[in-house]
Amino acid sequence: MQIGIFTVGDVTTDPTTGRTPTEHERIRATVAIAKKAEEVGLDVFATGEHHNPPFVASAPTTTLAYIGAQTERIILSTATTLITTTDPVLIAEDYAKLQHLTGGRVDLMMGRGNTGPVYPWFGKDIRDGIPLAVENYHLLHRLWREDVVDWEGKFRTPLQGFTSTPRPLDGAPPFVWHGSIRSPEIAEQAAYYGDGFFHNHIFWPQEHTRRMVELYRRRFEHHGHGPADTAIVGLGGQFFMRRNSQDAWNEFRPYFDNAPVYGHGPSLEEFTSQTPLTVGSPQQVLERTLSFRDHVGDYQRQLFLVDHAGLPLATVLEQLELLGEILPDLRAGFAEGRPAHVPDAPTHASLVAAAGRPPVSTVHAAGDDVTGRSPEAVRS
Amino acid sequence: MTRRVAVLTAGLGRPSTSRLLADRLATATVDSLRTRGEQAEVTVVELRELAHDLTDHLLTGFAPPALAEALATVADADAVVAVTPIFSASYSGPFKTFFDLLEDGALEGKPVLLGATAGTARHSLALEFAVRPLLAYLRATVAPTAVFAAGEDFGGTADGALSERVARAGEELAALVAGRPAPARADALAVPVDFESLLNRT
Repeated sequence: MQIGIFTVGDVTTDPTTGRTPTEHERIRATVAIAKKAEEVGLDVFATGEHHNPPFVASAPTTTLAYIGAQTERIILSTATTLITTTDPVLIAEDYAKLQHLTGGRVDLMMGRGNTGPVYPWFGKDIRDGIPLAVENYHLLHRLWREDVVDWEGKFRTPLQGFTSTPRPLDGAPPFVWHGSIRSPEIAEQAAYYGDGFFHNHIFWPQEHTRRMVELYRRRFEHHGHGPADTAIVGLGGQFFMRRNSQDAWNEFRPYFDNAPVYGHGPSLEEFTSQTPLTVGSPQQVLERTLSFRDHVGDYQRQLFLVDHAGLPLATVLEQLELLGEILPDLRAGFAEGRPAHVPDAPTHASLVAAAGRPPVSTVHAAGDDVTGRSPEAVRS
Repeated sequence: MTRRVAVLTAGLGRPSTSRLLADRLATATVDSLRTRGEQAEVTVVELRELAHDLTDHLLTGFAPPALAEALATVADADAVVAVTPIFSASYSGPFKTFFDLLEDGALEGKPVLLGATAGTARHSLALEFAVRPLLAYLRATVAPTAVFAAGEDFGGTADGALSERVARAGEELAALVAGRPAPARADALAVPVDFESLLNRT
């Protein structure tokens, strides 16, 4: 079981002080949070991707590479990578490079993005969201697995004799998760490739999460990747904890009431009962988190959103310390009763081992570097 | 087969004139269905009780439990009676919000009877120029007669009296429902689209 955190990189005013961090402060805070995540023993740090204020989450591989250089163990991931509006060729290059720089500590979560104008800003149409996600990911999947790609699609300039460089580390492309809150097509996409499926889980009732995951598991089996209970599932979650439950409620309430996403809407009491948000003692967070299994089955990755709603950096770091304290109990709880055939989330090491070949750092294409012709063309 | 009639009423008063009209329209519909040999059960959705939930759903993107049940009641119904007070020449805010939050396609082809209330008869055409186009956009099958009731209508017995218009509207809605198959509710998560066809579509 992998346990980690994800950030959307929002710059939000602290409602208790009225102070808004600068972009620079927020970017540095993101790095500090990632390093703290590794320090307390978490497995994953994932960053979102946004191309508009008030977010600082553009250029995700820059952030992840910088964090990767200052950490040893933590997996660097995304939540999410915009597969709709980002050129799949650039994704292939950027994340393969990140693999090499970080020793394979990389995976990605694909998402479509929910900011309307981002599509036209990048020359796309939001009505093509699903077709873009389907076509772009199919190309990305090939770019990481085929040395020389001839390709033609609807949304991008054709490729003839193209080799994406660097090649994936050890010939093992990064593992990919597909994130979606409510689109069955994306659950189907994840199932088709045998990739992971991640449900954000934090804004919606658990019943909805359960049904989306059930669909993914069923189709994972349908597409021949193994029994439904061996599909690779990830969930989001969020909490605010203090040793004393009432302190957590009192401290978090103004942040919740003014939060960009759900602020000025439901009460904190309503929201915690209707969604997985847990406010309380570490023991309460532990118990609630372990109950997620009851809805989706034994799963592989739990990511928490911790740095949001304008919470100051010091508070976020304290939250991570507390998460670190319950981490052994979380791990033990998730392991309890977990059938032996339920796999862990794939890692670079497991993917290289599964490929059954010795680590090869580069797989060379035989194409012509100058003309870009494919091997077939060169041979003929 | 028992038909399900969902009654949506957006009145804010207690008691509410819109509810009064909605109940009369529902009764007329059920009576007319019965003469056609069909039984019906009526479920009333009072939007006043869901006012906070409507706003929460707009802000969070999901329906709290009571609103989720109300949305399902309307989506699953064989017929809908929808009544709003007229505010500023149109439907009330909660009435519009409820329709904004229905799943896409939930009203497609569904028989709907419209009603509205206001203080004076000068608002009566709001049903035709404001409320009916909303339901047309949602591709509902709207009964030709929409019933407007001003305060004075509850005392009148002259030609065109409220009771006659209610009876005619109920007949029309029942005629739209009778003999139709029960609505099959599409569950997007139950029947996944096959990925090969998604790939080939691009």
